[in-house]
Amino acid sequence: MLRYTLRRLLLAIPTLLVISFVIFALLDLAPNDPTANLPTTIPPEVREQIRLSLGLGEPFLIRYLKWLYQFFVNEPLNLLQSAFGIEIGDASERLRLRSWTTRSPIVDLIVERAPQTLTVVGLGYLTGILIALPIGIISAYRKYSWFDQIGTLVSMIGFSVPTFFTGLLLIIIFSVNLNWLPSIYDTSLRVTDWGSFTAQLKQMAMPVAVLGLYNAAQISRFMRASMLENFGQDYVRTARAKGMSEHVVIFVHVLRNSLIPVVTVIALGVPQVFGGAIITEQIFRINGLGELLISGIQSADIPLVQTLTFIFAVLIVTFNLIADILYGILDPRIRYE
Amino acid sequence: MSELDLIAPRADEAAEPAALDQAHRSLWSDVRRQFLRHPGALVGMIVLAAIVLIVLAGPYLWTVSPDRINPRIANRGMSLDHPLGTDNLGRDLFAQVMAGGRVSLAVGISAMLIAVTLGTTIGVLAGFFRRLDGILMRMTELFLALPILPLLLVIILLFRDVLRDLFGPSAGIFLLIVFVIGITSWMQTARVVRAEVLGVKERDFVLAARSIGARPYKIIFRHILPNVLSPIMVSGTLGVASAIIIESALSFLGLGFPPDFPTWGRLLYDGANYMTLNPSRVIWPGLAISLTVLSVNFIGDGLRDALDPRLRS
Repeated sequence: MLRYTLRRLLLAIPTLLVISFVIFALLDLAPNDPTANLPTTIPPEVREQIRLSLGLGEPFLIRYLKWLYQFFVNEPLNLLQSAFGIEIGDASERLRLRSWTTRSPIVDLIVERAPQTLTVVGLGYLTGILIALPIGIISAYRKYSWFDQIGTLVSMIGFSVPTFFTGLLLIIIFSVNLNWLPSIYDTSLRVTDWGSFTAQLKQMAMPVAVLGLYNAAQISRFMRASMLENFGQDYVRTARAKGMSEHVVIFVHVLRNSLIPVVTVIALGVPQVFGGAIITEQIFRINGLGELLISGIQSADIPLVQTLTFIFAVLIVTFNLIADILYGILDPRIRYE
Repeated sequence: MSELDLIAPRADEAAEPAALDQAHRSLWSDVRRQFLRHPGALVGMIVLAAIVLIVLAGPYLWTVSPDRINPRIANRGMSLDHPLGTDNLGRDLFAQVMAGGRVSLAVGISAMLIAVTLGTTIGVLAGFFRRLDGILMRMTELFLALPILPLLLVIILLFRDVLRDLFGPSAGIFLLIVFVIGITSWMQTARVVRAEVLGVKERDFVLAARSIGARPYKIIFRHILPNVLSPIMVSGTLGVASAIIIESALSFLGLGFPPDFPTWGRLLYDGANYMTLNPSRVIWPGLAISLTVLSVNFIGDGLRDALDPRLRS
């Protein structure tokens, strides 16, 4: 297991390098001029200086290696320093990844935006899982019952209707018509007392519901399929034959085994949820990571977009790895090597 | 067909005297029967056919131009003159939804064709030629690890203007979106096709074909491809749904089609700003996307069940 983990970790390095190169090259070689949006009154010499100050004077490979060095060495060192106060090397001399539009370090922007995304997306995903598991279990246990039929239909709808439509629909119903919930997420809200706590709950209700429904639809399908597969196994018949109660059969025998593939699916879904948050954040005007990415794209802030996109890729690779290792730990039948 | 006949007895040969009273059953009539028994697939088929019919034939019957501006009737609700209401410039929403549907469906189908062609080619090559397997599958895994939505947004932003200059404003963006969706959604097809090819490749009829000296491309087109057609069809169907969703998501984020070239996603994006004033601008395009995707997904589900002989009753 350890050897497998190590090998996978080592294999992740070239994968990430290739992806980082693809992302960097794509953004860098595209026909795009960062000074194009500046006023036309700026003379060409100044324009050239601006380009040089943005680091565009050097050859492509040097810029890529510099970016890589900043991403993998400088920024982690900075994080280490600001989090624990451990200083390695000279922090003031360290070059940081900076956004072109705000000129502030990108990591600071991310640290500023991440909490909003994590609370909304995290809660949405958690809600989705909590709804999906019981639905999947009951649907599988009472296969083809009315509950199962309706559950399958609802999950098909939840899976097919795009989140940007459910989100807008919820806004129309609960904000425009009923006026119960705010349609815009206020990130400056601080939870200090009961009133601000309910306000926070109210503004989180719709985004969490949208993400929760969408994820519940997908996970409940997996849960149902996985339970059904296990119900047909011999050990279930054995358990029933030796007089185990239905309760024990379902929750001790079948559920534990059925959760193995579902847990990996849940782990695999985490990065996709972050991707999906780009849309949800746009609907409810949450200024999280997805909003940061979209505003970066719209203002052609190349370093910001490169870094954020690469972080998304790191998330995908990491959670793929976690899912595979979890599978090996949870399922004793799987032996890597 | 002669090689196929060796392993798959013809329907008339299979019809032994005892079964004479039964109509003979071919693979596809079985699939059709099974498909029509799936209630979701049947309803999905009818709904999709209705949507396609309205979108294609509707503009000939409802001759109001989707881009005729008339500010005096702006932001109207549903009425006889304008069945779905009008937008903030007084354009007829019904005509716009039909025009948008044509583009959305065209994007969905063309992007699916690219993705399925690419996925099938890569899957067949990886499954059939052992030397290519390693590199092609690593490439597939690499593509699966790419953050698709951010990358799509970035690609469209960066190459929009270039393609617009090359092919004109509407054709350029259409080609770009179809192309980028196509080259970023072939991976699942490739994996499924490869797995199927690995199985089919070891079957005796392939060995027989090989032993009479058939060339690899002949074996692939005559023996392998017809036998892996079912997963390709299923992933193609589901691919249309996901391509429509991706296109509308891109348009919804403001990085898809331009405002004068409406798709369902673009209509939703434009309508979202007038949501409080005129909710029908959000509801109709959104409903169109949802119904289309839902019915396509149901059809895909039914097709998968119908093509799986283990589930056949």
